[in-house]
Amino acid sequence: MPIVNINVNGKLVSAEVEGRTLLVQFLRENLRLTGTHVGCDTSQCGACVVHVDGKSVKACTMLAVMADACEVTTIEGLANNGSMHPMQQAFMDNHGLQCGFCTPGMVMTALDIVNRNGNDLDDSTVRKELEGNICRCTGYHNIVKSVKAGAKTMGE
Amino acid sequence: MYDFLYHKVNSVDDAVAAMGNADDGKFVAGGQTMLPTMKHRLASPSDVIDLGGVSDLVGIANEGDALVIGAMTTHAAVAASAEVQSAIPALAKLAGNIGDPAVRNRGTLGGSIANNDPAADYPAAVIALGATVKTNKREITGDDFFTGMFETALEEDELITAVSFPIPMTAAYIKFENPASRYAIVGVFIAKTVDGNRVAITGATPCAYRGMKFEKVLNEDFSSNACDAVEVSVDRMNSDIHASAEYRAHLVKVMVKRAVDACG
Amino acid sequence: MVENGIGVSVLRKEDKRFLIGKGNYTDDINVAGQTHAYFLRSPHGHATIESIDISAAAASAGVVAVFTGDDLAADGIGTLICGVTVTSDDGEPHRAPAHPALAQGKVNYVGDHVAIVIAETLAQAKDGAEKIAVDYGVLPAVTETARAADDDQVQIHEVAPNNMCFNWPFGDKEGVEAAFASAHKVSRLELINNRMVTNPMEPRASLGEYNTGTEEITLHVTTQNPHVHRLVLSAFNQLAPEHKLRVVGPDVGGGFGAKIFVYAEELVVGWACRKVERPVKWTGDRTEAFLADAHGRDHVATAEMAMDEDGKFLAMRVMTQANLGAYLSTFSTMVPSYLYAFLLAGQYTTPLIYSEVKAVFTNTAPVDACRGAGRPEATYLLERLVDVAARDMDLDPAEIRRRNFIPKDAFPYQTPVVQCYDSGDYVAALDKAMVLADYEGFPARATEAIARGKRRGIGLSSYVEACGIAPSAAVGQLGAGVGLWESAQVRFNPTGNVQVFTGTHSHGQGHETTFAQLVTEQLGVPFENIEVVHGDTAKTQFGMGTYGSRSLAVGGVAIAKACEKLITKGKKIAAHALEAAEGDIEFADGNFTVAGTDKAMNIGEVAFNAYVPHSYPEGLEPGFDENAFFDPLNFSFPAGTHICEVEVDTDTGVVEIVKYSAVDDFGKLVNPMIVEGQVHGGIVHGVGQALLEGCRYDSEGQLITATYMDYAMPRADNVPSFDVDYAPTDPPDNPLGVKGCGEAGAIAAPPAVINAITNALGIKHIDMPATPENVWRAAQGAA
Repeated sequence: MPIVNINVNGKLVSAEVEGRTLLVQFLRENLRLTGTHVGCDTSQCGACVVHVDGKSVKACTMLAVMADACEVTTIEGLANNGSMHPMQQAFMDNHGLQCGFCTPGMVMTALDIVNRNGNDLDDSTVRKELEGNICRCTGYHNIVKSVKAGAKTMGE
Repeated sequence: MYDFLYHKVNSVDDAVAAMGNADDGKFVAGGQTMLPTMKHRLASPSDVIDLGGVSDLVGIANEGDALVIGAMTTHAAVAASAEVQSAIPALAKLAGNIGDPAVRNRGTLGGSIANNDPAADYPAAVIALGATVKTNKREITGDDFFTGMFETALEEDELITAVSFPIPMTAAYIKFENPASRYAIVGVFIAKTVDGNRVAITGATPCAYRGMKFEKVLNEDFSSNACDAVEVSVDRMNSDIHASAEYRAHLVKVMVKRAVDACG
Repeated sequence: MVENGIGVSVLRKEDKRFLIGKGNYTDDINVAGQTHAYFLRSPHGHATIESIDISAAAASAGVVAVFTGDDLAADGIGTLICGVTVTSDDGEPHRAPAHPALAQGKVNYVGDHVAIVIAETLAQAKDGAEKIAVDYGVLPAVTETARAADDDQVQIHEVAPNNMCFNWPFGDKEGVEAAFASAHKVSRLELINNRMVTNPMEPRASLGEYNTGTEEITLHVTTQNPHVHRLVLSAFNQLAPEHKLRVVGPDVGGGFGAKIFVYAEELVVGWACRKVERPVKWTGDRTEAFLADAHGRDHVATAEMAMDEDGKFLAMRVMTQANLGAYLSTFSTMVPSYLYAFLLAGQYTTPLIYSEVKAVFTNTAPVDACRGAGRPEATYLLERLVDVAARDMDLDPAEIRRRNFIPKDAFPYQTPVVQCYDSGDYVAALDKAMVLADYEGFPARATEAIARGKRRGIGLSSYVEACGIAPSAAVGQLGAGVGLWESAQVRFNPTGNVQVFTGTHSHGQGHETTFAQLVTEQLGVPFENIEVVHGDTAKTQFGMGTYGSRSLAVGGVAIAKACEKLITKGKKIAAHALEAAEGDIEFADGNFTVAGTDKAMNIGEVAFNAYVPHSYPEGLEPGFDENAFFDPLNFSFPAGTHICEVEVDTDTGVVEIVKYSAVDDFGKLVNPMIVEGQVHGGIVHGVGQALLEGCRYDSEGQLITATYMDYAMPRADNVPSFDVDYAPTDPPDNPLGVKGCGEAGAIAAPPAVINAITNALGIKHIDMPATPENVWRAAQGAA
């Protein structure tokens, strides 16, 4: 079986995996990082979004072996010394989550949005950029608000 | 997913060699279509040859009259490329609207056109721009590359290395999205070139095609009104729960007209 | 004044764990020695099972066990139940075919459960399942709601001739006929309420563990009501005695009704873990959710309204055929009956209503409650019919509503369809919504849109719904097998912090916050010292769970009652300690005070005294921990008006919602931030039904929309932000003055959206989902 060396949330992880092991399985089952979720099997819901080398990817649509020698950041890797990342805080402050299942993917996508679009975001940009993340609870209203607020705080 | 032998390769030669040794091998580029297919156990390759490490296949070069984009260049890279945005902005826009941001960070030009999904966006650009698909063996014109639904002119051990997109005077891509999958129900790419106008339509039929009738009227009068004269045949249109053949035929004309207007 | 009490938008206690990836959903739980289960499902809509050969599967690498329906039957495991009886017009109870958790001799829908394969890994379980040889005798399938009872359709269940589950007439048929005969005008509408797949984002999952020493089964499961699961699994499925079965609904990623029900997978996993004496875990994938979660809606109906010269509603007649799918899910029968027909009066004074509901079986997944459950179907039908009536009478849609509204001084208002509405001011909500939506300015906006080649429309939906279910005696009379009270326990720990045990279950609603606000308000204990505990039958007293927007209106009151008991007891303890008469003790802001003095004792000190009763009232029990149950006196009746404004691109049929305004009456708001979030989510669920979501089967019973590639879920770019406001009234029957809010949006939105589209195109009707093609076709017809 192939061996992978992946830097996950700042820690180097070495493991033997089957070729078919998805990155999300590796994170959830091997590393017990269960914050990354699986909500569909057609790469659409976005509950599994993590960052690989700084870019958002759907961890359900990438093999663990493809992340060999990469840096992976999951939702568990955002908080710093126990205090939440500004984007996490923005979701809390703006009631951007209800059941919490889509939330890790939403936050990881939100950070990717900020990385590419900057800190001053308008509604239509955020809504378009959230195309790959489905939420059934919030109606998106407060997610959009959260992403904008988080982006702003990140720029301060 | 069934298990398989995984090969990470660093060069085109190694990739082709690995394929030669495999029973039923598959190249994987970004995997954004292939992995979901394998997850559903609808494909079971014996070997998966990952092209992710072949750095030669990544990159965007402006060669003056054409943009040459490596097969493993992601949609996100094409969309964000200043080179593409200035030379063929319609191509950057097309790439920037495939799937969603996370999919665009993995999905590649080569993977998309090798798969030739009838609802994919890139085939429209390849055809309309009169692009040339470069492989490890030869060069194939865009018109000859797409041969049918999920079928291309590629041979088993043939690998796309790059696509050369001639730079048009102007171009536009307009997509009417499937509300569920966000793939193209109809996508229309129009390129205005010194040699005339080229129109390519994806999503509407089993395989992307050139809208010759539209090209003819647009070569005489490049205006959306001129397109009204064209009859779009319902017979060859796809039909599914999202769009009947009749509706698709209607949308083809609407999207062509919008693409013409977008060309300015 | 306490901080973080009632009426404050306190940030949610539960958020942090979700935001840092420390939620604890069923699939996040892993136990030593766990095996993985996969269900072999029927690939056919309707087929006999001639034989099943599991030998190759059982011998497959890593496979621990393979079980079929015969194994369940041999162990005396009961079939899945439906808990509500509806009496058919022949006086007999509804037809209830047996619903085995694993098929016995026949499969009745694609996704029906045939066998469970348990293996060391999920991949091995799937490999094993591929090796099961099933010999099917494929039968013709019944898939169309409207045609299911026709004579030419194949019969699915022996006990249900013509595939009829029940025919339930209700109301004053003759009175309605007479009113129609003499009416000035009759408006008529045929419509479809499209089938939805509920789609909480977390797929269903269960993890069963059996302790051979204590002989106890622990079942972690994606449930909205752990105690109901335990009761049903124990009493009806003979899984284990109630005291030997622990059901835990940990963090649950959305429910919307789909996780109320007791499903085959949960029963089989619970049973199988004892069989193999190892933990068994099953996690469904999205495709399985599409195939085998209970679906929602799926009606075809004809509605008629008789009116006088002024557009006053005289009588209404509704004929409905409702699809219940292949088997009866847990609460399925009540959805198109009591939860539907009893809402047909809406906000109007219509004196006479007659309804006939024919519920049919088809070769499709079972249909049950989905956010709103019956009330969206009733509201859509009524609010569409009212718009058609306005069109027929040449009245503004707002005006015809006004003319027929129940006036605010008429409450409590007895409708002709059982329900007695608690409180309401429908004019106030309409007026406020019209201002919020700038209804007056609409014509100018429509004109401006035409200049841009777009057609603009505005649509109203004045809804009322019955939630906060429900008075036990009332539902008992109707045929429910359970009472619908709720329980609470409020426990002080000796150090003064508080644990609140509720029988409800939070899966997104924010109970941990809202309920803590109730307690901090009432007992004056700091918000951060209150923890709400739910979802585990081993921790909480029996309770009925969360659905029908009942948690605050019913469960919240139980908490308040438990708090009252603590105050009563606390006064005795404080009186003793402060050497005063009990009658002289007053309680406010967390302090027991001797009236007219500054002698006081904090409730925390009282709690300590109760646990360390060295100097204590004679005869008083130690401890500071009270239990309460609340059985509501009535349903709760939220109401309001939603106004949707759309722009239609007639070239493509694409509809854009450009503005959406909602004014609701939810009584008193405990946490306005959370309530507003519920409204937003509900609206988008309703917009999804109106524009995007349509579950489709083909004629052989294959589910065409089995993934997000084909089933269109609303995404962020399908909707705008919303303007939300309130027009509250005070419901006299609810001790907290609250009404439910979780389903209102999903109930109100569909007719608002469709009324806006019909208004834009100047057409009478368009069915949901109003997809671009459907709208384009309608626009062609209208042009």
